Amino acid sequence: MSEVALKETTLSAGHATSRAAVLRRLRASDILFKSLTRAAAVAVLVLLSGTILSLVIGSAPAFKAFGFSFLTTEVWNPVTEQFGALAPIYGTLVTSFIAMLIAVPVGIMIAFFLTELCPMVLRRPIAIAIELLAGIPSIIYGIWGLFVFAPFVQKYIQPALIDTFENVPILNSLFEGPPYGIGILTAGFILAIMVLPFITAISRDVFDAVPAVLKEATYGLGCTTWEVFKHVILPYTRVGVLGGVMLGLGRALGETMAVTFVIGNAHKVSASILAPGTTISASIANEFTEAVGDLYTSSLIALGLILFFITFVVLAIARYMLMRLQQRAG
Amino acid sequence: MATAATSSLYARRRRGDRVATGLAYAAAAFGLGWLILILGVLVYEGIGGLSLAVFTENTPPPGSAGGLLNAIAGSIIMTVLAVLIGTPIGILAGTYMAEYGRHDKLAMIVRFINDILLSAPSVVVGLFIYEIMVAPMGHFSGYAGSVALAVIVIPVVVRTTEDMLRLVPDTLREAAASIGLPRSLMIIRIAYRAARAGIITGILLAIARISGETAPLLFTALNNQFFSTNMNAPMPSLPVVIFQFALSPYEEWQKLAWTGALLITVTVLTLSILARSLTARK
Repeated sequence: MSEVALKETTLSAGHATSRAAVLRRLRASDILFKSLTRAAAVAVLVLLSGTILSLVIGSAPAFKAFGFSFLTTEVWNPVTEQFGALAPIYGTLVTSFIAMLIAVPVGIMIAFFLTELCPMVLRRPIAIAIELLAGIPSIIYGIWGLFVFAPFVQKYIQPALIDTFENVPILNSLFEGPPYGIGILTAGFILAIMVLPFITAISRDVFDAVPAVLKEATYGLGCTTWEVFKHVILPYTRVGVLGGVMLGLGRALGETMAVTFVIGNAHKVSASILAPGTTISASIANEFTEAVGDLYTSSLIALGLILFFITFVVLAIARYMLMRLQQRAG
Repeated sequence: MATAATSSLYARRRRGDRVATGLAYAAAAFGLGWLILILGVLVYEGIGGLSLAVFTENTPPPGSAGGLLNAIAGSIIMTVLAVLIGTPIGILAGTYMAEYGRHDKLAMIVRFINDILLSAPSVVVGLFIYEIMVAPMGHFSGYAGSVALAVIVIPVVVRTTEDMLRLVPDTLREAAASIGLPRSLMIIRIAYRAARAGIITGILLAIARISGETAPLLFTALNNQFFSTNMNAPMPSLPVVIFQFALSPYEEWQKLAWTGALLITVTVLTLSILARSLTARK
């Protein structure tokens, strides 16, 4: 195939050898380039396995010392070197749950607005603005949460919640205690704002992919816009939306800086979501550089391993769903 | 009777529709409201501290005025090195997946893993680099910080490179092959050139992503109160300085944290808008 590339076609002894040399060189560079790209692709795999391996090795002392009770112990005492991961795991799950509770309905509704209701001229600008929200670094949300949002929550939202639910059983223990401003609820809310753009962007993409004839047929039956959305668009795009939600959840679980500022860093499992708590990533960010002693460091790395495991599973499910969707689309 | 029942059902459906669409409008206003609120506060708080001193003086000791010069310089140095390390690996891996292994097993696995790495918690990346670089070397360093950031760059570049190369029409490749171009030259001279804007977009997005990353730097590059270009020693960076200063009780430090936050946000938004306009033109 490469022979045609050579300008000289007249055959002479000199040309023949130079042609063979050129061909050899081209073939060698071809093989070299292919193996280079292959090596880079393998490097991505090495990155992941290296991460897992280093975390496993680093966390071994902690798991050796505490066994599986590491996962179920609440105590976190650097002085007596007693460590348990319950409080950070609990905090991670609860803050992410609060975030999803807010972000999923709002994100889907924004995507509904963008695909069905918004005037055409505004669609692109608004979609871009929401995606810009996704690009803002998490530390900005953190500093904003600490100086602006937490004081606001402390002054208005938390007292109102405490007063409203004071006499309601069960709920009163959920909204109990002095209004600190910082805490599980505040962290969950900021996480919600952070994952909102991810959920919106993916939902919008899958809503856009619904065949127009399906929607037109439903409108033709006399359905309202909402009915079209609820009965046709949403069922049609279920897998994709779920994938987007899981992707957002993966982000929320692993988010560090935004949470670290406003969570309060208390290794405690409290019934009240107004109380300060901690998450896995916040514990690591706050304590890792100050950790003295191998067991302390190792316990924090063990937290990292747990976090990586949880997010890996969630993200893998999300990707699997989105991948299946893509295969269906062709 | 019948008409009354139909019309009341119709009215109910209309009402339901109005409520739901009203909620959708409210949700959109809610989402945009936060964007405006966050950016508004950021500009309001950050612009007051913006002066020449921010760019010409180093971070001050507690209780005195100063700038962010060392932090900005550290961030730029580490970002540049991270991009230099991460981009070639990312582009090559993306090339393999789009050009050589479209349907093979390796490419499929790498694609799946890469997508997971794309949103893996960055704090774990910091722990990983701590384990393989900081602990064996015995000290925090700018090199470790750069490598940690490079680990975050790679999946972003892999993803955009693959996507963009796939957009290059196969007829171009066939035409190149038909005039006898070997495959490697076809990729470098034809496919890369056709996908150039997209690949640059990916690099810009990766820079935007790492310029605000804090967690992976906390225990790799750590921090440094002084101006330092020694990559083998702890190195300051804008995000880490913001983290430290914002949580401090000193007013001057908090003010600088806001200014730093404004600088980062402006950088990130500029990069994302630039990246977007590059691909939009096509």
